[in-house]
Amino acid sequence: MKKQITRISKEKEYEEYVNKKVPKPAYLKNSLWAFLVGGIICTIAQFILNILRNSGLNKTDANTVTVIIMVFLGAFLTGLGIYDKITQKAGAGAIVPISGFANSIVSPAMEFKREGYVLGIGAKLFSVAGPVLVYGFGSSVILGLLYYFFTR
Amino acid sequence: MAIKKIGTQTVKFDSPPIITGTSSTVGPKEGEGPLSQYFDVILKDDLYGEKSWELAESKMLRETAKLAVENANRKLSDMEYMFSGDLLNQLMSASFAARDLAIPFFGLYGACSTMTQSLSLGAMIIDGGYADNLIALTSSHFSSAERQFRFPLEHGNQRKLTAQWTVTGAGAAVVSSLGDGPQIDYVTTGKVVDLGIKDINNMGAAMAPAAADTIVKHFEDTGLPTNYYDLILTGDLGQIGKEITEELVLDKGYNILKNYNDCGLLIFDNGAQDTHAGGSGCGCSATVFCGYIYKEMMKRNLNKILLISTGALMSVTSSQQGESIPGIAHAVSIINQGS
Repeated sequence: MKKQITRISKEKEYEEYVNKKVPKPAYLKNSLWAFLVGGIICTIAQFILNILRNSGLNKTDANTVTVIIMVFLGAFLTGLGIYDKITQKAGAGAIVPISGFANSIVSPAMEFKREGYVLGIGAKLFSVAGPVLVYGFGSSVILGLLYYFFTR
Repeated sequence: MAIKKIGTQTVKFDSPPIITGTSSTVGPKEGEGPLSQYFDVILKDDLYGEKSWELAESKMLRETAKLAVENANRKLSDMEYMFSGDLLNQLMSASFAARDLAIPFFGLYGACSTMTQSLSLGAMIIDGGYADNLIALTSSHFSSAERQFRFPLEHGNQRKLTAQWTVTGAGAAVVSSLGDGPQIDYVTTGKVVDLGIKDINNMGAAMAPAAADTIVKHFEDTGLPTNYYDLILTGDLGQIGKEITEELVLDKGYNILKNYNDCGLLIFDNGAQDTHAGGSGCGCSATVFCGYIYKEMMKRNLNKILLISTGALMSVTSSQQGESIPGIAHAVSIINQGS
């Protein structure tokens, strides 16, 4: 029992020692990149939305088509091997928009194609996006129930 | 009677086995690095004409083995044992290479410590008189490791500053009882050391205590002074792991600040190649040793080397279950004959 305690304190000591050595990320530079790239992606989407609205689509349809186009662009750039390079620089700026979601579905599809359509693509397609979907849907159900019971 | 054993973890060979030939193959990125002139083969395409990364890695291992045997002026049929391993599940690269090479095969898993693990066991087999020629080799591939341990290749994510870059490469060494080349005087087998690091993006810090432990044990067991070696070289600790190792070893009263380096820092130009903390993977110490170090030893620019390949013995499952990363390091003392 005593040995256990000394081991843990040693680990704690080592962790603190290591943390002092770990270089700090360039927060300001990373945030600026995320802001710029995330902003550009959203501006492109807004631009597409405006064109669609001006060409006579109603708001709901225009929103849907814009999302479809942004997902396509994210998937397309992933296929060309460009999207991961953008993300390496931009971080959350490129991960959070819906094009980043497309990237998280398309990249496993490309990667696991060699394991076949069923055990590869079929089984692994949601290996990255799956948790996001599970908890996204899960929390929307809970919020929906809260809304149903408390706002009526 | 263990008459060749000295100290607690070290073997001193009676008739030191000789490394009669090596060869190394690296991928395109490593070929653009500072050591490019030392590698035997630099691939233009890291798929190597195969249909998957795993098969490409296996082919790299197989072709490197053939070239090493050739460089040692021997035939494949002279090889009595093959000691090999890699990072893939169930040693896919090594087993598939062994299937084609048809050499009696011992598959090893030591994560990135496989180069010195295989050299250690090979040297013991030779000195024990169980064989005259054998081959010790290992490989890693950035793309096969990435998909097994991390994310799909095209998935966008930001690499941490402590993260390392898995080397695409294979290194092979022919170990013989007779011949020309540097000899293996000692091997110090490491213990698993784990100080509780859980971050798989900081494997240098996870492995450094194991490396330091093995280095200190080596000097304790052999009684050699630290300046005996021209170069003490760890496998793939990277920038942070190297600093920690230096300090942990110094803490035990051995100063290696002047003659210590890490293969992970030699293979890439971390600033220009965006590899963050340095190279990693079995192929890191394998290609640096079989390429750079061996050739410099043959030119007698380096004469006494202590090579310590370092491994992080976690698995995808152990990491997901929140376990810490056990580290391992094996040391092999390689000395030019007559130096």
